[in-house]
Amino acid sequence: MTQSVVVQVGQCGNQIGCCFWDLALREHATVNQKGIYDEAISSFFRNVDTRVVGDGSSISKGIIRSLKARAVLVDMEEGVVNEILQGPLRDVFDSKQLITDISGSGNNWAMGHKVFGSLYREQILEKLRKSAEHCDCLQCFFIIHSMGGGTGSGFGTFLLKVLEDEFPEVYRFVTAVYPSSEDDVITSPYNSLLAMKELNEHADCVLPVDNQSLFDIISKIDLVVSSGKLGPLVKPDSLVTSGARAFKKQHKKPFDAMNNIVANLLLHLTSSARFEGSLNMDLNEISMNLVPFPQLHYLVSSLMPLYTLADVNIPPRRLDQMFSDAFSKDHQLIQADPKHSLYLACALMVRGNVQISDLRRNIERLKPSLQFVSWNQEGWKTSLCSVPPVGHSHSLLALANNTCVKPTFIELRERFMRLYKKKAHLHHYLQVEGMEESCFTEAVSSLSALIEEYDQLDATKSVPVESVPRLSVAV
Amino acid sequence: MSIVTVQLGQCGNQIGFEVFDALFTDSQCSQGLCSKRENGAYQASCRERFFREENGVPIARAVLVDMEPKVINHMLSKAAQSGQWKYGQHAYFCQKQGSGNNWAYGYSVHGPKHKESIMNLIQKEVEKCDSLNGFFIIMSMAGGTGSGLGAFLTQQLQDHYSNALKMNQIIWPYGTGEVIVQNYNSILTLSHLYRSSDALLVHENDAIHKICAKLMNIKQISFRDLNQVLAHQLGSVFQPTYSGEGSCHYRRNPLGDLMENLVPHPEFKMLGVRNIPQMSENSLPYSAFTWAGLLKHLRQMLISHAKMEEGIDWQVQPPLPGLPPLGKMSLTREQRFNTSLANLVILRGRDVQSANLEGFKDPALYTSWLGPAEAFSAWKTQRAFTGYERSAALVSNSQFFLKPLDRIVGKAWDMFASKAYIHQYTKFGIEEEDFLDSFTLLEQVVASYRNL
Repeated sequence: MTQSVVVQVGQCGNQIGCCFWDLALREHATVNQKGIYDEAISSFFRNVDTRVVGDGSSISKGIIRSLKARAVLVDMEEGVVNEILQGPLRDVFDSKQLITDISGSGNNWAMGHKVFGSLYREQILEKLRKSAEHCDCLQCFFIIHSMGGGTGSGFGTFLLKVLEDEFPEVYRFVTAVYPSSEDDVITSPYNSLLAMKELNEHADCVLPVDNQSLFDIISKIDLVVSSGKLGPLVKPDSLVTSGARAFKKQHKKPFDAMNNIVANLLLHLTSSARFEGSLNMDLNEISMNLVPFPQLHYLVSSLMPLYTLADVNIPPRRLDQMFSDAFSKDHQLIQADPKHSLYLACALMVRGNVQISDLRRNIERLKPSLQFVSWNQEGWKTSLCSVPPVGHSHSLLALANNTCVKPTFIELRERFMRLYKKKAHLHHYLQVEGMEESCFTEAVSSLSALIEEYDQLDATKSVPVESVPRLSVAV
Repeated sequence: MSIVTVQLGQCGNQIGFEVFDALFTDSQCSQGLCSKRENGAYQASCRERFFREENGVPIARAVLVDMEPKVINHMLSKAAQSGQWKYGQHAYFCQKQGSGNNWAYGYSVHGPKHKESIMNLIQKEVEKCDSLNGFFIIMSMAGGTGSGLGAFLTQQLQDHYSNALKMNQIIWPYGTGEVIVQNYNSILTLSHLYRSSDALLVHENDAIHKICAKLMNIKQISFRDLNQVLAHQLGSVFQPTYSGEGSCHYRRNPLGDLMENLVPHPEFKMLGVRNIPQMSENSLPYSAFTWAGLLKHLRQMLISHAKMEEGIDWQVQPPLPGLPPLGKMSLTREQRFNTSLANLVILRGRDVQSANLEGFKDPALYTSWLGPAEAFSAWKTQRAFTGYERSAALVSNSQFFLKPLDRIVGKAWDMFASKAYIHQYTKFGIEEEDFLDSFTLLEQVVASYRNL
C-alpha cells in the first residue's frame, strides 16, 4: 500500500484541502470501526503518539492514537491557514508542516512563483522531505491550488518543478481551479496562462475544475432538495456537497459546498487504491491509461450521484441513470461537453455495490453515443471498489481525456490576449526580478501548442483514418 | 506427481483461490457416484497433486505473488476462514506499489528486482513436492503484474526448471476494455510466453460472462461469479482421471500427458476449454443427460466455435471428403468451421466406459497433417465431478482463438501506429523494436492457425 501527500497552496488550495481532510476523516471513521490503524488510513494519515515529545513518533500499527494528515500547507498570507489551525481540524495538522508569510502575493503569479519561490525554496523542500520520510512508499503528491490568484497559481506551480527534481519517481497530480468567466480577479488570465505552462511541463496529471460548474451543480442540488418534491427523501450527509460533522454549522457559504465537491473528487479518485475491490485501480494506473501522449494530461471529471434518495430499494434503473448523468455536460466539473467532443480515453471508477455486469451493461449502452479516437475505439478503463462513500450505496467517478477541454483553454488564451494587447497591469509582473516579456510569450506558445494538439485530434473526428497495413509474414 | 501453482496479480490470485476451493470441494464431495474405494483413490490423487499437509490441514501448493498487498491479504484470509484448506503461511510475495497496468514495469522493473525472492519461494514449494510435475501459472494479459511479471517469471522458470513443464492459464480480457492499454499488454505477454511456456490455456472473460448470464442465470454478475465458472472448468480438466490401468488408478503425469496430446508442434500452443453441462446449482437436480447427448453437443461446440451449449450453430458441418481443401472453399464456410490440430475429451461420471467417442475421431475435424489417431485422446473416470452425474470437458488446440488473436493484434497495431501510450513503455526499457518483434511473432501464429 502506498502513501500520498497533499500539498495545499494558497487560499483556494487550503480551503479545498481542509474540506478534503474533513471528509477523509469521516470516511475512514465510517469504514474503520475498530479504531485500528490500518494500511488504508495510512495512505493519507500518520498515526502519532503525541505524548512523546519531539517529532511525534509515528506508530505503524495498533490502535489509532492521533491521526496526522500527510499534508503540507502553504500560503503567503496567514488568514486562511490560521483559521484552519484554530478550527476543529487543528489537531489533524502537524504544526510544523506549514509555510506562511504575511504579505500575500497580491494576485500576482510572478510574486508567488519568483519571489516566494526563491525565498521559501529551502524551507518547502525541507517540509516535503520530512513528509516523504514519514512514508513507507510514497506514490503521489496531490497539489491543490487555484489558477487565477498569485500564491496558489505562482507558488503552486513553482512547487511542481521542485517536486519533479527532488522526487522524480513520485506522481504529481494537480487539482487546479480555473477562473470562471465572471472571475473578479482582473489579472487571473495572466496568472492562469503562466501557470498553464508549468502544468504542461511538470505535472503528470491535471484535474481542472471551475467555480461556475461547481456552482451550477450546487444550484441543481439545492433545487431538488428545496423543491420539496424529493426533499424529505434525500438522505442527509448524502449530498456530494455535504461536509462532515465538523463543518456542519458553517455550511451557509456556497464555497464550502463547492469545495466539498472537489474534496469528494479526490477521495473517490484514491478509493480504489485505499480500499479493496474486485478490480482495483491504483494511482499509477490513472496516468498509464489516461495519458496517451505526455502533454495531453488534462482530465475532465464528473462525480455521481449528487445526492441519494433515502429509499433503500434502488432499482437498477437509477444505477444506470447515474452512468448516463456522468456523461452529460451538466455534471462535469468544468464547462465542457464530452459527449459532443472526441474521447481519447475514459475511466469509470465505481464504488459500492456495483458488479462487473452493471458496468458492462452501461458501457455497451452508452458507447454508441460517444465518439472515441480511431486508435482507441474501446478505450475504457474500469475499476470496482467495494467500499461506497459515506451516505451512498454506490457512486461513480468518470475521468475523461477528451478534447472538450479545448474551449476552456481557448477562452483562457483569448482573455489573456485581451489584457496583454493593452499591456494592462503588465508592469506589476515585469518589475519582479526574473520576469521578462518572454515569459509571457513562451507561455502563450505553450498553450497554443497544446490547443493545436487537440485541434489535430478533433480533425480526425469526421475524416475516416486510414489504418496502417499490418505486417505480413511468410508462412 | 504434484503441480505447483503460481498466482500472479489481482486476477491470478482471485482466480487461484477459486480454483483451489473448487478442487478441494469436489474432492470432498460425497456424491461421487462410485465406490468408496474409487472415491478414496480420486481424493488421494487430487490431494497429492494440488495440496500438501501441515498439522492435518491441507495446504495449497501455491505461491501468491502481487506487487501490492490488498488482494493477497484478502485471499489468504478467505482461505484461512474457510476452515477447509489454507495457503502456506509464508508462501506469498508482496510489494507496496503495483505495476500500474504497465507491462514494461512488471517485466523490466519488478521482474529483475524481485526475481530472487520469488524464485526462492517457488523453490521452497517445489521442495515440498515428492516429485514435481510442473507449474501452473495463473495470470491476466491486460494488467501489469500478471502480464509483465508473469512473462518474466515464466522465462525464469524455463531457465531454472528446464525439466518441469509450464502451463500458463491466461485470461483474455473483455473486448470492451477493462484496461485501455490491454491490447499492448496482451501482445507483449503472448509473444513472450510463446517463447518460454509449454502451453497456454486461454479463458476469455466475454465467454465466461455469457455463460454466467445465459446458463447460470446470474442477474448481477460479479468477478467472483466469473472466477467460479472458470474454476469449475479448470477443475473438470485437472481433477484426476484414470491412467492406463483403469479404475482406482489415476494418471500421474497430467501436465505431461496434456502437452503430449495437445501440443504436437511448438507453433501451436493455444488451448481452449469447453465444459458441458454447466448450470446453476438449483437446476442441477432436475437435469439428466446421456453421454450421447452431451458428446453430440460438445462436438458441435467444437466445430462451430461455440463457447457454451446454448445458441450452438448446428448448420456448421465439417467439409465433405473429396471436396477441395478448405482454403479454396467459400469464405463463410471456412470461417465458421473450426479445424482442430488436437483434441482431448475428458469424461467424468456414470457409465463412462459406455460413451461413444467416434464423432471426435472423424478425420474431417482435423488438419491434414495429423490424423485422429495422433490428434485425439480421451481421459475418463467414473467418479462424478461436483455432483454432475455426467460431465464432459474438451481441451482443444484448434482455431478457437484465431479470431480473438487476430482482433487483438489488429487493435494493438492501430494504436501502435498512432504511437499512443508508447512513452509509458519506453520509460521502462520496452522499445518500439520490442513491440515490432511481438507483432511479427504473433502475425506468424495467426497465419499458422489460419492455415490449419
